[in-house]
Amino acid sequence: MAKLIGGKPKSKNGEAPKGDRALWEAQFESAAKLPGANDRTISDHPLKPMYAPEDVQGVDYATEVGYPGQYPYTRGIHPTMYRSRLWTMRQFAGFGTAMQTNERYKFLLSQGQTGLSVAFDMPALMGYDSDHPRALGEVGKCGVAIATLADMQDLFAGIDLGKITTSMTINCTAPVALAMYIATAESQGVSQEKLGGTLQNDMLKEYIAQKEWIYPPEPSMRIITDMIAYCSKNVPKWNTISISGYHIREAGSTAAQELAFTLADGFAYVEAAVKAGQDVDEFAPRLSFFFNSHSDFFEEIAKFRAARRIWARHMRDRYHAKNPRSWTLRFHTQTAGCSATAQQPENNIMRTAFQAMAAVLGGTQSLHTNSLDEVLALPTEKNVQIALRTQQVLAYETGVTNVIDPLGGSYFVEKLTNEMEEAAEDYFKRIDELGGVIPAIHAGFFQKEIADASYRYQREIENGERIIVGVNEFIVEEEQQIALLKIDREMELEQCRRVKEFRASRDGGAVESAIAAFKRAAETDENLMPHYLDCVRKKATLGEISEALVPIFGRYREPAFI
Amino acid sequence: MPRPIRILVAKAGLDGHDRGAKVIARALRDAGFEVIYTGLHQTPEQVVEAAIQEDVDGIGLSVLSGAHMTLFPRMKQLLDEQNASDIILFGGGTIPNEDIQPLLDAGIAAVFTPGTPIATTVDFVRKACGKRVEA
Repeated sequence: MAKLIGGKPKSKNGEAPKGDRALWEAQFESAAKLPGANDRTISDHPLKPMYAPEDVQGVDYATEVGYPGQYPYTRGIHPTMYRSRLWTMRQFAGFGTAMQTNERYKFLLSQGQTGLSVAFDMPALMGYDSDHPRALGEVGKCGVAIATLADMQDLFAGIDLGKITTSMTINCTAPVALAMYIATAESQGVSQEKLGGTLQNDMLKEYIAQKEWIYPPEPSMRIITDMIAYCSKNVPKWNTISISGYHIREAGSTAAQELAFTLADGFAYVEAAVKAGQDVDEFAPRLSFFFNSHSDFFEEIAKFRAARRIWARHMRDRYHAKNPRSWTLRFHTQTAGCSATAQQPENNIMRTAFQAMAAVLGGTQSLHTNSLDEVLALPTEKNVQIALRTQQVLAYETGVTNVIDPLGGSYFVEKLTNEMEEAAEDYFKRIDELGGVIPAIHAGFFQKEIADASYRYQREIENGERIIVGVNEFIVEEEQQIALLKIDREMELEQCRRVKEFRASRDGGAVESAIAAFKRAAETDENLMPHYLDCVRKKATLGEISEALVPIFGRYREPAFI
Repeated sequence: MPRPIRILVAKAGLDGHDRGAKVIARALRDAGFEVIYTGLHQTPEQVVEAAIQEDVDGIGLSVLSGAHMTLFPRMKQLLDEQNASDIILFGGGTIPNEDIQPLLDAGIAAVFTPGTPIATTVDFVRKACGKRVEA
């Protein structure tokens, strides 16, 4: 029989050990307490001042916690965790032109970074070429400008795509980015079955939180299931979707909402792919996740632990996956950009370090640590280096990697893990009652839940219930200026010139026939991914490919509400 | 009793970050103002047209994509061209300090950066846009 972590601890003679709970309670109640919101997490989740064995009474270690690498994976997905392999240190980077970002990648690799992560600019993320009127002022600003195959080739010039893994944070234009990446690899002599990496490709959270889209949710889901099917056969090492809670949290959600909405999205992708005729064990092992690590230390750790357990349970019992790799929730983490402050920005280094530690104690597979200046601009090389060094100090100096899931068995952490799971299950019920994720998006359910949570949090800061160092307490009058990365305007003009040159140098007839075949395929249920590749190989641009399907699929507009 | 101040909270450009815009919209509404929200991904032309049609006293533009040096001056120019210079244009977002003065010089009435207390923005709107209500 499995042992309990909780239960009544007995002393040798079978009596309860000494320890007077009533006395402690009386002492606690009668003592003066500090003001502020210290009886709730940052997400408004209630907290007791102390947790004890009775809080985990009835928890069955074997079935609810278990050993690392074993179902339900509460303690981690690998038997060895960081004893065998550290997490991948992967700093999200991209700005200006492809050549500028290529230099940054080479710098990061020279500093010991172990994977690449591409940040695209807003026009690329929304399906516009750099020289489109709607792109004016946005080119190369919050990521690298990529409109053509030539841009992608310049981005990875001198970097062997057969050896490195690349994560690309891109969603509605994800199939274009993947096609360009495959074509770039081919031009380096690397075939697609050797490619390793991740596409974010999570459209559901776009409608919920990040708000970058072209088509409505239904055709977007079709494009995603097409890509999953294509990659299962042709790019087997590619992680097809990184199901993301990060943006949900940044938009102002609580930890429980981030957990619940992200996993609900994950289940929706599984259901869509199964409905499209795919076997769950064919694609589920390539699904991965992306979470935020915010400032409330234990709440974050509990969230990560609960996420693994929920995913394992649903994948095994509800979707009947048989391959254990379909049950394991692998995740990337980024520290919380929304927790960074413009005031005394150096303090963001400490915030990031604590958040990174929570991610590691929560068992993350890869990590991006934010740079201190990201609240104001894209980071400078110096500040990215500090952020990467933060991970290296955590990995090599603090000792937190030595013991697997070191907080497992903590009365508090186990209890909070259970409560996070319960909160998520409650949300799953509410989403089901609305008819599922897509109907809930159309009803504005997620958007309103998030806006309510973010307004509550903001009011707590405004009225001083929550202290944010340097913002509403410990303020300095004269803020020191820090050096920021500037994207000069010449860059935008240069990029527009490059795109025009690219269009002028290609075979226009070949582009037209590729686009025409692509549109015809979209009218049927033929897999669209080979067409994306064909369009890219014939040198259609990102904007042209994206725009081609608007007459067929329509353009999404969000109902505006406060 | 004077009519309430009317404010258009706007998101322009390709930027989808609407957390700040929604918090400000709710806070202005809670402060007793009438608030209209444009929704996402508007062009400067669409925002100015909506502002004139709705006869607002002020536009609060939120930009977190780095395109503020393009979007704010363009919107101010459109307001001037359409004889709507009396509509107060203010805004906020991830705007580096060194860009604030050039924006003020371009006729943007106020620029609020991350961490600004909501009360500061509300007080500004009450004073700056209140004048238009009385006029």
